[in-house]
Amino acid sequence: MDIRPEKTAIEVHNLTASYNRKPVLWDIDFSLPQGQLIGIVGPNGSGKTTLLRNMMGLMKPDSGYVNMFGKKLDEVRERVSYVPQRETVDWDFPANVMDVVMMGRYRKSNLFKRLTKKDKDIATEALEKVNMLPYANRQISQLSGGQQQRVFIARSLAQQADLYLMDEPFVGVDAATEESILTLLSEMKKEGKTVVIVHHDLQTAYEYFDWIVLLNTRLVASGPKQEVFETELLQEAYGGRLTVLSRIGDLMAKKDFPMRESEFKEKEGPGDEGAS
Amino acid sequence: MVGDAISHAVLPGIVIAFLISGSRGNFVMLAGAAAIGVLTTILIEILHKKANLQEDASIGVTFTSLFAFGVILISSFTGQVDLDQECVLYGEIAYVPLDPILLGNGTNIGPRALWISGTVLLIIIIALVKGYKGLALTTFNADYAKALGISTAFWHFGFMGLVSLTTVVSFESVGAILVVALLIAPPATAYLLTESLKKMLWLTALLGILTAVGGYYLALILDGSIAGAMATFAGVLFAGAWGWTKVTRRTKVIEDGGVVNPG
Repeated sequence: MDIRPEKTAIEVHNLTASYNRKPVLWDIDFSLPQGQLIGIVGPNGSGKTTLLRNMMGLMKPDSGYVNMFGKKLDEVRERVSYVPQRETVDWDFPANVMDVVMMGRYRKSNLFKRLTKKDKDIATEALEKVNMLPYANRQISQLSGGQQQRVFIARSLAQQADLYLMDEPFVGVDAATEESILTLLSEMKKEGKTVVIVHHDLQTAYEYFDWIVLLNTRLVASGPKQEVFETELLQEAYGGRLTVLSRIGDLMAKKDFPMRESEFKEKEGPGDEGAS
Repeated sequence: MVGDAISHAVLPGIVIAFLISGSRGNFVMLAGAAAIGVLTTILIEILHKKANLQEDASIGVTFTSLFAFGVILISSFTGQVDLDQECVLYGEIAYVPLDPILLGNGTNIGPRALWISGTVLLIIIIALVKGYKGLALTTFNADYAKALGISTAFWHFGFMGLVSLTTVVSFESVGAILVVALLIAPPATAYLLTESLKKMLWLTALLGILTAVGGYYLALILDGSIAGAMATFAGVLFAGAWGWTKVTRRTKVIEDGGVVNPG
């Protein structure tokens, strides 16, 4: 299933990518809408991170291309921001939180120049948004996993982009960070930003995202979450993995439950809506 | 680690350039060695990424082979001229003042090594000031830099080129052992003492000077090898810093325990 959005943020066209001649992504083709929270979901080794790396031009695909806002990435880099997996950097690097967030203000064009007061203000604001301002002068080596993740997101926010691509931001974070990221995501959505998130956990994917891309080397489905969360599609993506299959069973039950609840709410009227 | 590798691997570059130009310390020699330095990093990258070798293994294979190749070149081709293994390994720092630059009218304007090293120092300071952000960003998080459209290859090879240049220039006066000691020990010591990159850079320079001066007087007292004394002194400073952090960290933990965490 491949549903096409009205306003396209990212278009992936016939993308095939491989490591050591082993294809990790096979003929992927889909488009993602603007202004939504989008989850790229699939089992381990399904090529989610590879897909993100191809989108950001960090890896050369064997064939196919990726367009952002209808243009090549190089033409719209200023509008696109990337949040790598936090395990990919050495957190013992001598820097404090503010140093890292300020990197979000680095551009190809100002790399040899000094940053301005305005850059500093923007970085401060970004730290505020992830509730990390009290830690501005803290050494990055002294942060918890969740705090590291929030620093990475703040750096990305400081870039003031329109489109954000995040690689597994919810992995290994504490409840406070998860809460803080989710609040931030809904704010970003309100501001019309598009956020694409690589996410491995099916259970929460349905709650977090509006649009879901189901991936398992090939594209299984891309569309609004209600249409993608169908038993056959989930089995196609996760099928053959027995442990996961039983989880899908749980999921289907979980999915059914809020659906009934929302039907119930509709009958009851909007009163409940305002409270939440 | 890569700096360590380069400092050894540039040896064949120095020898080949020496064989071609027939003299030491000139521009051909510098360029030849710097080129080999960059080649070393490329070789390490290829072995690591294309041949799927672990990074430390590819560094080890590359620099030992190149260094050994350089030693063979010296022993078999340059036996008759003034480039010997001893000089390459231990340097001839005591003889630096005996090799001054004389102007046309015979005025002595100081040792040649001082002028060349001074020029390189100037180049490095300019590169550090101008390239601070680029170097910090690409070192800390190369993928993020690439996502910003910044060429990580430019910064990587630019940086490695500077490391080779420094190594080559220092080689002649201080020798391979002291090059490695001065390349690694002062920054490693500074890393123990501070957690800010800028402070670390200043502290490294300071510790380098301290190592040189302290090592010199140590050699005077012991009446021994200057290079050896300097390397030893660098080690002593490192050990001292390590001991210092052990003591202060413990007290820091106690202090932190009394402060309410703002988070």
